[in-house]
Amino acid sequence: MLAQQLLLGLLIGGLYGLAAAGLSLVFGVLKVLDVAHGELIMLGGYMAFFVVALVGLDPFVSLVLVIPLSLLLGVALYWGLFGFVVRADEETRVKNSLLIGFGLALALHALAVRLWTADERSIITPYGGTVISVGGLSIPVVRLVSLAIAFALIGGLHLLLARWRWGKAIRATAEDWQAALLTGIDVRRAYLLAFAIGTALAGAAGTLVTIGYSVSPSIGLEWTLKALIVVVLAGLGSMIGTFVGGLLLGVAEAASAATFGGAYREVVGLVIFVVVLVVRPRGLFGR
Amino acid sequence: MLEIRNLEAAYGDIRVLAGVTLTVGPGEIVALLGPNGAGKSTLLNSIAGLLRPRAGAVTFEGEDLGRLHAHLIVDRGVALVPEGRRLFGGMTVEENLELGAFANRARATKAAGLQRVFALFPDLRERRRQLVRALSGGQQQMVAVGRALMTNPKLLMLDEPSLGIAPRLVRDIMDALAEINRGGVAVFLVEQNVQAALGLAHRAYVLESGRIALQGPAVELQRDPHVRRAYLGPLAVRE
Repeated sequence: MLAQQLLLGLLIGGLYGLAAAGLSLVFGVLKVLDVAHGELIMLGGYMAFFVVALVGLDPFVSLVLVIPLSLLLGVALYWGLFGFVVRADEETRVKNSLLIGFGLALALHALAVRLWTADERSIITPYGGTVISVGGLSIPVVRLVSLAIAFALIGGLHLLLARWRWGKAIRATAEDWQAALLTGIDVRRAYLLAFAIGTALAGAAGTLVTIGYSVSPSIGLEWTLKALIVVVLAGLGSMIGTFVGGLLLGVAEAASAATFGGAYREVVGLVIFVVVLVVRPRGLFGR
Repeated sequence: MLEIRNLEAAYGDIRVLAGVTLTVGPGEIVALLGPNGAGKSTLLNSIAGLLRPRAGAVTFEGEDLGRLHAHLIVDRGVALVPEGRRLFGGMTVEENLELGAFANRARATKAAGLQRVFALFPDLRERRRQLVRALSGGQQQMVAVGRALMTNPKLLMLDEPSLGIAPRLVRDIMDALAEINRGGVAVFLVEQNVQAALGLAHRAYVLESGRIALQGPAVELQRDPHVRRAYLGPLAVRE
């Protein structure tokens, strides 16, 4: 029974990791804390819902539309909002981005309620109820596939940052943007790319959330918090580390719920948040 | 090649450069000397576009650099090795060098540039896969010079390359700069190590309180009583 709960924790942990990767990328590169990240996940969820409902794609295949659409959304948000924030010095950036992020979160939430009502929705798949039984554990296939996709996306992101010309530019900008300028990198473009990729990751996370769980206009804040906890736990600089951090949070939540009761599921994350900040502020895998 | 006219720069209300005029010609090595706080780094950062000057003009080969973003100034052939090296510590030597070839003007010459840097600093070839963070200060300075060289510059500017480096390595760096210059690259050098700088440079300027206090051929400044007293120390005066 405990093993079953930990397994379910692990499965949702992959989504925590994916949700946090986008936030971590944006914060690490732009030094901008986008507290509307959860709302971007929510928008991704609705995009997936409507792609499945209107185009009739398989829910997982809807990612091939949701990811590029989210990428474009990221470009638009950067040009319209965050591109102005990065002109300030780093300390001002965080403050201003918090204000803009909260505003954006409220606006997107209100917009979603207006457009799609406050009802919870989820994507029904023909194979939604399928369960694999392994040694007494039952593994929901949909969530297992979600975990695999989340892992694949993180792996792809890792390769992108390690090998791609602009991926290296993004890493260089994260480490020292002035030094990046001196090597001839257009830092503003690195910011734009990082923000767009971060938003695309949010869109992918939203899709998987809607398939495995459900989406409603109000899920944003919860996902921003989970992502923030994972970013603090894992530290900046490693996408694989962020993913592992997400898995850890998922398992820790499950363990806490199993030990102290369901009401304590959310508490463990906040405890981790505080303890990591006090004991190891740069996080488990941070540089 | 590089012309600076009446350059003024300030941090908030504090004026750092009060009208600086100087030139660096093609193929020249020019040293910029002066005490801490005289504005030497501010001058280099203004040329490189990291800082917007308040007044005055910086032109390079006739083009006004004041209108360009810093990454485009690199693309015009002006490279800066910044104070404190500012390398990407979490990356390998090779990754740092390759990032130097990011600008368009350097992309095509990346492979040749890498060989040029390894010929200049053979130590780096063996350490190409090591994280920069793990290198000594002198080796890191070599990577910093190498990264700037990878941009394929016409003018190489350096901000205190000898800072915090063992004397033997300072010599290596100065030799490397002379070698780079023989390859046709103009060098503009800010240095606290006045002896080393004047030994290398053709001409030099002395910057004091945001103004050019002295200028002339390096050999003349080496004999100048003010320079000897202020920058070469009592031993040099007695010599």
